[in-house]
Amino acid sequence: MDEAFLRVRNLTVHYKTDDGTVQALNQVSLEVREGETLGLVGETGAGKTTLARSIMRLIPSPPGKIVEGSVFLENRDLLRLNELEMLKVRGKSVSMIFQDPMTSLNPILTVGDQIEEVISVHNPQLSKDQLKNKAREMLELVGISSDRINEYPHQFSGGMKQRVIIAISLACNPKLLIADEPTTALDVTIQAQILEMIGKLKEQTNAAMLLITHDLGVVAQNCDRVAVIYAGEIVETGTIQQIFKNPQHPYTIGLLESIPSLAKKVKRLNPIAGMMPDPTDLPVGCKFNPRCKLSVESCFQRIPPLKDLGNGHAVRCFLRDKD
Amino acid sequence: MSETTKVRSLGGETWRRFKKNRLALIGMVFLLIMILTALITIAIDITTHNSFYNNHVIKQNLRLRLKGPSREHIFGLDEFGRDILLRMIWGIRYSLFMGTIAIAMSAVIGGVLGALSGYHGKITDNFIMRFMDILLAIPSMLLATAIVAALGTSLVNLLIAIAISYIPTFARTVRASVLTIKDQEFIEAARALGAGDGRIIFKYIIPNSLAPLIVQATLGVAGAILSIAGLSFLGLGIQPPTPEWGSMLSNARTYIRQGWHITVIPGLGIMLNILALNVMGDGLRDALDPHLKN
Amino acid sequence: MTDKKTLIKVERLKKYFDTPSGNLHAVDDVSFSIKKGETLGVVGESGCGKSTLGRTILRLHEPTDGNVWFDGLDLGQVGKTEMKNLRRKMQIIFQDPFASLNPRMTVGQTIAESLLIQKLYKPRDKKNLEKRISDLMEMVGIAPRLINSYPHELDGGRRQRVGIARVIALNPQFIVCDEPVSALDVSIQAQVLNLMQDLQEKFGFTYLFITHDLSVVKHLSTDILVMYLGKMVEKAPADSLFENPLHPYTQALLSAIPVPDPDFQVKRVLLEGELISPINPKPGCRFAQRCPMADEACRREEIPLVEIKPKHFVACLKLAKI
Repeated sequence: MDEAFLRVRNLTVHYKTDDGTVQALNQVSLEVREGETLGLVGETGAGKTTLARSIMRLIPSPPGKIVEGSVFLENRDLLRLNELEMLKVRGKSVSMIFQDPMTSLNPILTVGDQIEEVISVHNPQLSKDQLKNKAREMLELVGISSDRINEYPHQFSGGMKQRVIIAISLACNPKLLIADEPTTALDVTIQAQILEMIGKLKEQTNAAMLLITHDLGVVAQNCDRVAVIYAGEIVETGTIQQIFKNPQHPYTIGLLESIPSLAKKVKRLNPIAGMMPDPTDLPVGCKFNPRCKLSVESCFQRIPPLKDLGNGHAVRCFLRDKD
Repeated sequence: MSETTKVRSLGGETWRRFKKNRLALIGMVFLLIMILTALITIAIDITTHNSFYNNHVIKQNLRLRLKGPSREHIFGLDEFGRDILLRMIWGIRYSLFMGTIAIAMSAVIGGVLGALSGYHGKITDNFIMRFMDILLAIPSMLLATAIVAALGTSLVNLLIAIAISYIPTFARTVRASVLTIKDQEFIEAARALGAGDGRIIFKYIIPNSLAPLIVQATLGVAGAILSIAGLSFLGLGIQPPTPEWGSMLSNARTYIRQGWHITVIPGLGIMLNILALNVMGDGLRDALDPHLKN
Repeated sequence: MTDKKTLIKVERLKKYFDTPSGNLHAVDDVSFSIKKGETLGVVGESGCGKSTLGRTILRLHEPTDGNVWFDGLDLGQVGKTEMKNLRRKMQIIFQDPFASLNPRMTVGQTIAESLLIQKLYKPRDKKNLEKRISDLMEMVGIAPRLINSYPHELDGGRRQRVGIARVIALNPQFIVCDEPVSALDVSIQAQVLNLMQDLQEKFGFTYLFITHDLSVVKHLSTDILVMYLGKMVEKAPADSLFENPLHPYTQALLSAIPVPDPDFQVKRVLLEGELISPINPKPGCRFAQRCPMADEACRREEIPLVEIKPKHFVACLKLAKI
């Protein structure tokens, strides 16, 4: 098996708010191997975006604080780099696609300028013409005619803007692409176009990707492996086959059963009871215990360990821990 | 969320955020002390039938005129030998209360005009806002001067003059917030329930546009105090021997070479009050702004 | 035909908006009817006019042309006070559970508003009013202790339940559901969908269910209407539409939905290009620009809605000719 390329170990992030300390991430560990796409699935407030921002070291501080853990990209711990070294990492080795294409472009610069900017930051030796050519190349790569290089973001539709953002994030051939809900704000037909394109480009550049989403369908169609996150903890990881065909954690099972299926005929959905716990007041033991139908006594006492079921399938649940 | 959900009112939340701003809190405490002091002086006047006022506050003692600060008169005596501390204390009501009343008047009138023009739009909006533009085109001090000059110098006229000159600011503030609120879904929801215009304006739009109005009003009072002092300074406001800070300052300037204290004290008084109002206004704005939540 | 009565009948409904860049055809010539207790799912992407359609039926927008009948009553002929009374019978649940609740009103006050506006209770009749409010809260699954909470203290799922309670408080017959679950998380989404289904069974509501997510309406709807840039492109009973989508746009829409099954191989009908805006639309099929099958005729002629199979209507020249 390939060497892990991004290794997040025991990452714990807290936010200090007036209501108390929010434990956004608790001992999160995950790995992304070279060229692979890892899907990170979870609901609002599960800590998906915090994880992405922690890797990029973009946690606003205060109120955020990385309490412990490490983020190794190849052999460097990003959390130990100084700000200047980190600047060289962002956009070059790791780049990020944000959720809202409407607000992540600067409205007063042309799209060409914005692509050139990121290239020139990391390649100061390039001449103006070289920059321009490279920017044109990037636009064509994401399926936008290079004639539009001098247009402003407002002249593009939502899907086109997201393409521009992808062009910017791929401009420096990053080794890791973090996509935070890249298609949530888009219509389904546009989402299909964008995901198809990301998939193709990823193959061409052989970049690894961390795809953050709440949509299990997007994961099933686009990822190699999945990590399911709930209330700041990874509750299950595995290949998409393992997770979708043989889910082990009650939360993963519940999520899969909540989705209205296009293929099967159902009279009634079978949702998970209850709500996400208050992040300032998480339950003791397993974070999922208030909503779990199968919980036993030990679930309320200790946090279950992430148990390896073999072949890279791991689950954080006492029920699977017995044998 | 569990059983421990903390139920907090909107007012409570605002106060919690306001408290965190030390400077705003100091400003508020300062103003509360001023208001309390002013209320005590009013109570003294009523119980003593103005005899304390007549015998101490406006009583002249020409032998001691312009005497500097001393143990008996910590702020010294003015050009007619009156105790400046007492006059300052008795003057609070004119600055603070009149400023507040004037702003309250213009906030209500301006608020209603702004709400009407924002809610109805089109011709109503055009008519009201163009009228406001005309008022805005005249410098507010000049406008107030003209009104007082036309109506004659009296306390009430001064109030009216200041109130009118502040109406456009409030109308604009309220109009802007009504325009953003009126397109929100909860207004449409109310309309779908069958709510009429009146109910929508009073139960939905006004409560939600109050926050910017309150902030504007707090800052407005500071401006009004300055206007009252300014008009009194010009001789168009409150007349001697009433101890209004602006007129005290105005009368004192002739004697600035003989006794510095008689100009500095009222000047400082005006400045501190306005500073307190401004920092409190800023604090309120931060506390009431929903964008800054958490 | 059936014993069920038609509750809502919409005929050639049009709603145009004047915008600075031209005349926007938000809803263009839409006709359908819904029987009592049934659900019509309206599906389309952003800007296809589905929300405008819902609001125009409820007279939150004045229609440019066309008629809406509610229980045999022509809403175009109804006066202002009569309309206010009718609002009791036809209601709307909004998409954004945060924006659709007044931030300065508690849960209790919000639900009370419905009852007070429609004069179902007197403000002085506190006891009965409060009883009704807590009954309603229980019915939609909000703990009665939250009666004095403000919207910002609730999560999205609970907020949407308040939005539902406020609507069912009036015992309406017809409810427009404008993307009621698209702002919610999957697990909460399923809870709210079940709640809406239960309420429909219990009270016999008739729904117009607007959504961009075909999978959401599948098991809820009796019939489904697909819209594209203000026009109806396909209308069919739900099963028929999913088993055999006919219009190229419906096919693309269905194939674009990511299926949560790694072994599921879709033959994706990937569309070229993006939605154009329905401002001053050209004649012909509005989908022609992105359609893999379009030819000259599609860009020239008006496309009629044709019943290709029983109850299955499609607006496509290519199919009509077959």
